[in-house]
Formats: sequence, C-alpha cells, structure tokens
Amino acid sequence: MMTGPAQIVKRRTTAQRVAFSLLTLASLLSFLALGAILYTVFRKGVSAISWEFLTKMPKSGMTQGGIYPMVLGSFYLTAGALISALPFGVISAIWLSEYAGGGWWVRTIRIGVNTLAGVPSIVFGLLGFAFFVNVLGLGASLLSGAFTLGILILPILIRAAEEALRSVPNEFREAALALGATQWRSVRTVVLPSAIPGIMTGAILGIGRAIGETAPILFTAAAIYKTRLPDTLIDTLMSRTMALPTHIFYMATENPRGWQAVDLQFGAALLLLGLVVCLNLGAVIWRTRVRRRKQW
Amino acid sequence: MGIDLRSLSQRGGAGFLRVLRERWDRPVFAALASVSLIALGLILFFIFSEALPLFRTISLSNFFGGTWLPTVEPNRFGILPLLTGSGLVMVGALVVAIPFGLAAALFIAEIATGIIKDIAKSVLELLAGIPSVVYGFFGLMVLAPILQQIAHIPYRRTALLASLILGVMALPTIASLAEDALTAVPRSYREASLAMGASRWQTMWRVTFPAAFSGIIGAVILGMGRAIGETMAVLMLSGNAAQMVGSFLKPVRTLTATIALEMAETPFGSEHYHALFGIGAVLLIITLAMNWIAEALRGRLARKHGS
Repeated sequence: MMTGPAQIVKRRTTAQRVAFSLLTLASLLSFLALGAILYTVFRKGVSAISWEFLTKMPKSGMTQGGIYPMVLGSFYLTAGALISALPFGVISAIWLSEYAGGGWWVRTIRIGVNTLAGVPSIVFGLLGFAFFVNVLGLGASLLSGAFTLGILILPILIRAAEEALRSVPNEFREAALALGATQWRSVRTVVLPSAIPGIMTGAILGIGRAIGETAPILFTAAAIYKTRLPDTLIDTLMSRTMALPTHIFYMATENPRGWQAVDLQFGAALLLLGLVVCLNLGAVIWRTRVRRRKQW
Repeated sequence: MGIDLRSLSQRGGAGFLRVLRERWDRPVFAALASVSLIALGLILFFIFSEALPLFRTISLSNFFGGTWLPTVEPNRFGILPLLTGSGLVMVGALVVAIPFGLAAALFIAEIATGIIKDIAKSVLELLAGIPSVVYGFFGLMVLAPILQQIAHIPYRRTALLASLILGVMALPTIASLAEDALTAVPRSYREASLAMGASRWQTMWRVTFPAAFSGIIGAVILGMGRAIGETMAVLMLSGNAAQMVGSFLKPVRTLTATIALEMAETPFGSEHYHALFGIGAVLLIITLAMNWIAEALRGRLARKHGS
C-alpha cells in the first residue's frame, strides 16, 4: 500500500496537472472556433474585396458587380437605429444613475431593461411588423427597420451609459452642488461630460449589434434586390432597402444562382464580419484605455 | 421626489416659477426613462393581441397539435413539430456549449492570469459579437460539406449542423456568465480551502464550483434561452422540414425559423398571420421564463455571498 504523505501529494499534483491541461485544452478549442471562422472567411473572401466591389451596383442578378447599395442600406439602418435610440438610452441611464436612488420604479425599469435584452431578435421583427409597418403605417421601409433595430439596441446603450455615469466619482457632483448648481446643471455640465467616453463605448457596441442583425429587418425593411438607388430622401426613408446581412442570407439560401458567385458571397460576409470584429475590438480597447486613463 | 411646498412658500411670489425652472428635471426624466418599459409593453401587447384572434377558430389543443400545414387546405396550425425541432437543436447545442463553455469559464476565472486572461475574455466577447447570419453562412459554406463527408449523411442541412453552430454561438453566453458566478465567490472561501492544504484543483472543483453552482445553472439556462431564440443560423442550417423528427441527422424546423420563413408571404390578418404571432407568443413566453429563472438564480447567488 502506497499511502504515505508523499504519495498523496504526488497523486494530487498529477490530478491537478491533468485537470488543468484538460480545461486549458477545452478553452483553447473554443477560442480556436473564433480563429477558424475569421481565418476561413478571410481567406475565401479577401480576393473579392476591392474598391469596385464596395462602390459599384450589383449586376446580373447580384452574381457580379459590387455591393454598394447593401453597404449604404446597412449604414442608413444602423445610423437610424442609433439616432433614434441613443437619446432615450442616455436619458434612461441619467435617471437610473443620477436621480432614481432606490425604490420600486427603478427596480421595475431595471427588470424592463433586462427583459428587453433577452427578447429573441425575431420577436423584435414581429413587433416592428405589427407596430411600425402596420399600425403606424410606415410600411416595410428603412424607417421601420431602423426603429425596430433602435429598440433592439436600447438595453445595450442604457447599460453602458449607466455604467459610465456611475463611474464618475461623487466628489464631482458634490463640488457642483456646493457651488449652487441645480442637479440638472451638475449633471449637464459636470457628470455627463465625464461620462461621454463610456457612453461612446456603448454606442460602438450598439452599432456593432445593429449592423449585423438580420431577423428584425427581414420583413420590416429588407429588399431582396433593387436595381437602382432611391432618388429622394423621402423615397430612401420610406422604401425597402437592401442591407449587408440580409444580402448574405438571400444569396446563400434563396438565390438559385448564388453558387455562381461564391467569391462575392464570401466577400460580403468578410466585410460584415470585419466591420463587426473591428467595432467590438475597438470598443474593448477604447474601454480599457478609458478605464486606465481615469485617475480620479 | 415631487415639489416641496414649504420651500415654495418661503421664496415668495416667484417661487412657483422658480420651482418649475429648477425642478422640472426629476419628473421629466422619470417619465422618459420608462421608454424601455414602453417598448417591452408594446412587444407583449402586439405579440399577444395579434396571436389571440387565432383561437377564435382554432382550439388550444389544435395549436399544440402534430401537423404544421399552414398553406394547404385544410390548414393545420399544430406547432408540436416546431417545438420538438427547437428542442432538439437546443439540446444538441447545449451538448457542445456546456462542457466547453464551463471549461472556458473555469480557465478564465481560476487558471489564467494577466494578459492571457484579458485576451481570453476579449475572444469570448468577439465570439459573442459575430452576427448570426455570418455563423449561418460559415456553417453552410464551410462546415456543412465537411460534416456531410465525415458522417455520410444524405442531407446537407440537418439538426446536427445547426446544433454544432448554435453550440458555438451559445458558448460565450454560458462562459462569461459562469465566469461572473465563479468570480463572485468570495476569496476567503478559496483561502480557507488552500490553507487546509487542498490543491488549487481541489479548491476549484470542491469549493468554488459548488459555491457558484446556482449562478452557473443560471448561466446555462440563459444559454438555453439564447439557443431557443436564435433565428438566422438555424434558419440557414437546420433544413426547415416541418415534420416530427427524432434524429439529429435529418432536417428539422424550429419555431424561430418558421416565423422568418413564412411571415413575408402571409396575407395581413389571415389565420396564418395570427398563427405566426402565436408562435412568437410561445417563443416569448419560453425565453422570458428562462431569463427570469436565470436572473433569480444569479440573484440568489449574489445574496448568498453577501455582495
């Protein structure tokens, strides 16, 4: 029987070594998934990316030419979502962090924000279809899609803005109040400016989310194929639009000639993936820098 | 909250205007902050009010029946095949996401340090940020041919393919929330265990993990919610055959994919239209219930450790 103290310690060390190796290996495998996706999409898509691809209209049933209108459509949708949601997000965060304190109304709103964050994206599509498209009569249009995406990113914006506001030290507020400022004045001139970098992080994350969402715009805004761009602003806002994620979806599954343009499909996927990864990476780096720079 | 009447009278005649000028912000912000509640209210109201008319013509037992045939007379709106499809794909996804997600959580919370830890966390964030349509595209173009060759399946799109990709998508949710739960365990627990002579692995496995267990279950449930609610990747990968299927090697149809596939071609206000909102209502109930259970479990953990 080998049960002396030395053996126990040895067995334990071996067990730890085995367990740690297995855990590390399993984690590495899951991180490898990211590498595999990035690498494959990049390798197969990079040849399609060119200035013409980004700035020209599609041709021959989208099997040739560029993806300019999809890029433009995604830009408009994302910008519209951010413009419509950011003010509400920041105001909600200001109230939650600066005015509310505790109480049942705060708890209710917090539960509301968390619940909204857990609603599946296709259900946002249903809401957009019933409310913006039909009840408000906006029809399937860029505007309907942008508003739908705006509601979708609202929880992201609120959470980031609240965190940013909360990280502003209390002395700042007290100093402003001691000088006779009203609470709103202290928020507007002292607290909010100090929180802008953190709010920006939230905005970037929101953009990264909105630009890649497909299900919410599928029947509120997306057009499968439009041969020309709309002429006027009203026409742009009130008509269906092509967008990058829906284009990838239609080409890969519904377009019978999609297989003739696999390169272009990978190009579009690479563009979207690249944008989203850069935005998220940018947000992470920006956030780290902001946190580090704050020496208050 | 509200207007202080005493200060109003003290300031004399101009008091009311002054109060209006200086204290408008609180009630205005309180009202505007409810926008997320209003949004949630709109979602609940429209999904349920558009789903209810279906039950004027169809009984609840028919709605949970075994045949989904929305466009062929006689129409059938039984969502059971879609429920089982969603369930099957979710179970498959969890088989991938739970072991790898928890391993990643343990790695980040207990093993990795310094820059490795930061990188691992960023990788999870990036993985979570990839749009689901890109996951679907990758699965269809890259993984599907490989899988078909390895497993000799006659179908290109199967529950298995959807499960694998969905597992990768649910992994970051499970990993980062489980890591939160592990990190929330007070250091004194670990120190006590190490001081008793336990190894780091023994401490991790016998002390930290059990102490964080309710939070970890919460993380898994939230991952389940994500998997059930995911649309684009399963729409592109699962094959969308609305039949009762018990095999991972065949095409299945999920709740989410059915809405995405059929909503565009449905006449406004038709039975089919209301049935799709009915599916939305079922989906909403399932995912919200999972979210609330998960929140409650995570909250319990936080209270237990007094943080």
